[in-house]
Amino acid sequence: METEGVGRMEAEGNGRGYLAERGWRSWAFTLDHKRIGAMYLWTTTVFFLIGGVFALLLRLELLSPQAHYFSNHTYNIFFTLHGSMMIFLFIIPAIPSGLGNFFIPLHLGARDVAFPRLNLASYWVFAAGFLVIIGSLVAPMDTGWTFYTPYSAKTGAAVTTLSLGVFLIGMSSILTGLNFIVTIHKMRAPGMTWHRMPLFLWAMYATSIIQVIATPVVGVTFLLLAAERVLGVGFFDPAKGGDPVLFQHFFWFYSHPVVYVMILPAMGIVSEVIPVFSRKPIFGYKAIAYSSLAIAFMGFLVWGHHMFTSGMSPLANAIFSFLTFFVAVPTAVKVFNWIATLYRGSITFESPMLYALTFIFLFIVGGLTGPFLGAMATNVQLHDTYFVVAHFHYTMMGGTVMGFFAGLHYWFPKMTGKMLNEKVARIAWALVFVGFNVTFFTMFIAGTRGMPRRYAEYLPKFHTENVISTIGSAVLALGILVMCWNFLQGLRKGAPAPSDPWRALTLEWRTASPPDVENFHEIPRVADWPYGYGTPKA
Amino acid sequence: MDNVLAFGAASGQAGRVDALFVLITVIGGFFFFLTQGMLIYFAVKYRRRRQDRDNETPFITGNPLLEFLWILIPSLVVIAIFYYGWQVYADLRIPQAGATEVYVNGRQWMYEVKYPDGRTAINEIRVPQGKPVKFILSASDVLHGFYLPDFRVKMDMIPGRMTTLWLQPDRPGKYQIFCTVYCGTGHSNMQAQLIVMPPQEYAEWVEKKGREEGEEGEREPVAVRGERIVKNAGCLSCHAIEGKEKIGPNYRGLYGSKVPLEGGQSVTADEEYLRESIVEPGAKVVKGYPNVMPTYKTSMPPDDVRAAVEYLKTLK
Repeated sequence: METEGVGRMEAEGNGRGYLAERGWRSWAFTLDHKRIGAMYLWTTTVFFLIGGVFALLLRLELLSPQAHYFSNHTYNIFFTLHGSMMIFLFIIPAIPSGLGNFFIPLHLGARDVAFPRLNLASYWVFAAGFLVIIGSLVAPMDTGWTFYTPYSAKTGAAVTTLSLGVFLIGMSSILTGLNFIVTIHKMRAPGMTWHRMPLFLWAMYATSIIQVIATPVVGVTFLLLAAERVLGVGFFDPAKGGDPVLFQHFFWFYSHPVVYVMILPAMGIVSEVIPVFSRKPIFGYKAIAYSSLAIAFMGFLVWGHHMFTSGMSPLANAIFSFLTFFVAVPTAVKVFNWIATLYRGSITFESPMLYALTFIFLFIVGGLTGPFLGAMATNVQLHDTYFVVAHFHYTMMGGTVMGFFAGLHYWFPKMTGKMLNEKVARIAWALVFVGFNVTFFTMFIAGTRGMPRRYAEYLPKFHTENVISTIGSAVLALGILVMCWNFLQGLRKGAPAPSDPWRALTLEWRTASPPDVENFHEIPRVADWPYGYGTPKA
Repeated sequence: MDNVLAFGAASGQAGRVDALFVLITVIGGFFFFLTQGMLIYFAVKYRRRRQDRDNETPFITGNPLLEFLWILIPSLVVIAIFYYGWQVYADLRIPQAGATEVYVNGRQWMYEVKYPDGRTAINEIRVPQGKPVKFILSASDVLHGFYLPDFRVKMDMIPGRMTTLWLQPDRPGKYQIFCTVYCGTGHSNMQAQLIVMPPQEYAEWVEKKGREEGEEGEREPVAVRGERIVKNAGCLSCHAIEGKEKIGPNYRGLYGSKVPLEGGQSVTADEEYLRESIVEPGAKVVKGYPNVMPTYKTSMPPDDVRAAVEYLKTLK
């Protein structure tokens, strides 16, 4: 990017940057978006690891067709905790609130987000939310992360407490989204027009819109559920005059758009990493930017595809099916543009690029298994089987989490001022890639063969797939452990990072590693888009 | 083949669902090899060979024709898949004449089976081969699922509603039924069997079973019980069975007819409509009739509502 007024001197940094101040107060009361982002990253990563432990316990139990290590009830609690922690405490906040908080102002050439105090408040609302959720473990939830009524209205588990926790998490999500929308509108550096913004910002902008519009619906839904449980008002329980299917409409009206809250930021990261490591301009900048908005918009119209067997009218099913297929188009456009960016590049395979390419590879599998579930007849067969479990793990873990890993490896030098051990990072990547596919591809097979999901015990005919899948999960876990160890080693004794180790052109690489508290000594002036790699036309 | 599939296709409908599955696999496979092939080919072919090449990469920023094509082609492909999926689905949902009807009620954690002639069973449904079957599904406590993997179909069982599922059992045999909507601790143990019997064997079984249950003095055809319930509940003071109308519409010929509603819409009078009209009469008011019927939500238990509906269905 062509920038004026930014001396190389500034980029050299003074060693510690925003990390210089010490003591818990300097973190708990910080208004620095970088520190708040770092707190989110630590918190969400811890919940990712805890959620992962629950996943491993599930896979352990599924080694045998009969209940072996745990009772069915315990198994049900484990899959509920795995799902709710991964969704609400990791995958929704990790990239937007963690990496987004850290890098949106840096990408914009701003000193902070528009409302730094609101930003800190949203972290502490989030913290209150996860504390309440941890509190709900006194009577752990066994409803699945979907909370379907009337079961969730009747079970003795602490549904009310957990839904209060999710309500708080949702509130934090709305505040963060609001903050980012205003920040992107008002805080762009001089010269940074909309079409000179990095694609990560476009993705985060679309994400924030969904967060602000969709999240209130789930908040209201959980309030209604709490009112039903505490006050006995019959919203969803037919015994009290309510409608259980109404809950599903409310729930998916939020929870479908929110899958784009999960995936769009990861797509933004991939759009940053691919051109840097291909040394080529991004292909189809506007197509990628506007497809994010298209996905955000269309994501609101397709929630009914989670409910094709819920007794909705065949006409409603047909409309939802039709609209669902059209979400595939802007998604496919992104994939084609990323692949086209590689064409005639000069590609290197450092760990961020490995994860970005893995994102594309796995997301293609996740995307191409979508039409099986979008088409009504095959949906009726595959709904609530392991096929669905495999599909959403390919998109959410193969997609979002790989994008998150790409982002962590890409920005680690900027966030910490230290370099990672590249060799160890590649070993971890190889284990994750192999382990992931062994774990989840077999689930497509189990699901196609008819194995229902959320089964603590299963028919012996599904034994082979489950054993293979459990072996895969061990390899995947090993890979993630090696990655974590590498991060900790990097933090402790990584080589000092230069300000721009990947020779990237977005503005964050014009600051020191780690950046100073105020990011830029002088606000940069932007004269071009950030993808000017390669040989410009003469 | 059956070993690979775990559940072989047990009906023509299942075969058509499988054909759709194969078609999507072929289309998906094509795009899989196209995209992954290009991803891997480009990654290998254009890997960096010399560092100084970094500045020689071409400045390509896009191509409007390519963007247009890769919007247009996926759009056409997904429309085609949608259309085919819709057709096969519509076929699964078409009501079929002369179907054997079976009421199945989900309860934690079992399937309660009831036939129109009053026979009952738990977790075992017997139907004759070759005739279409119509399952009328409900639930007593929480959501349950009714999934027949051999037939490639499933339908949720919803408390306070009736849903229906059709299938055509072409081959005799025992078929698995799974609960697919998570319903609590015993979810994975909530399973049943559909036993499809040759017509002769089925008739013998019905007779034998009828004798057994008759001896206990329990057995009463559902419609007969429904008739008693309808009379005792006072329905006939406002609804005539046939002839001159009273306050509400007549019963005969109602089931299966198209009913015009206030507000201009219309609805086919199926089981769910009849049920709803009993427990929530104001939800769909028939055109030209006053909205005056009281609700039977609290006074008529779900099992009685089902029986009453079964009776109304016999008034053809």
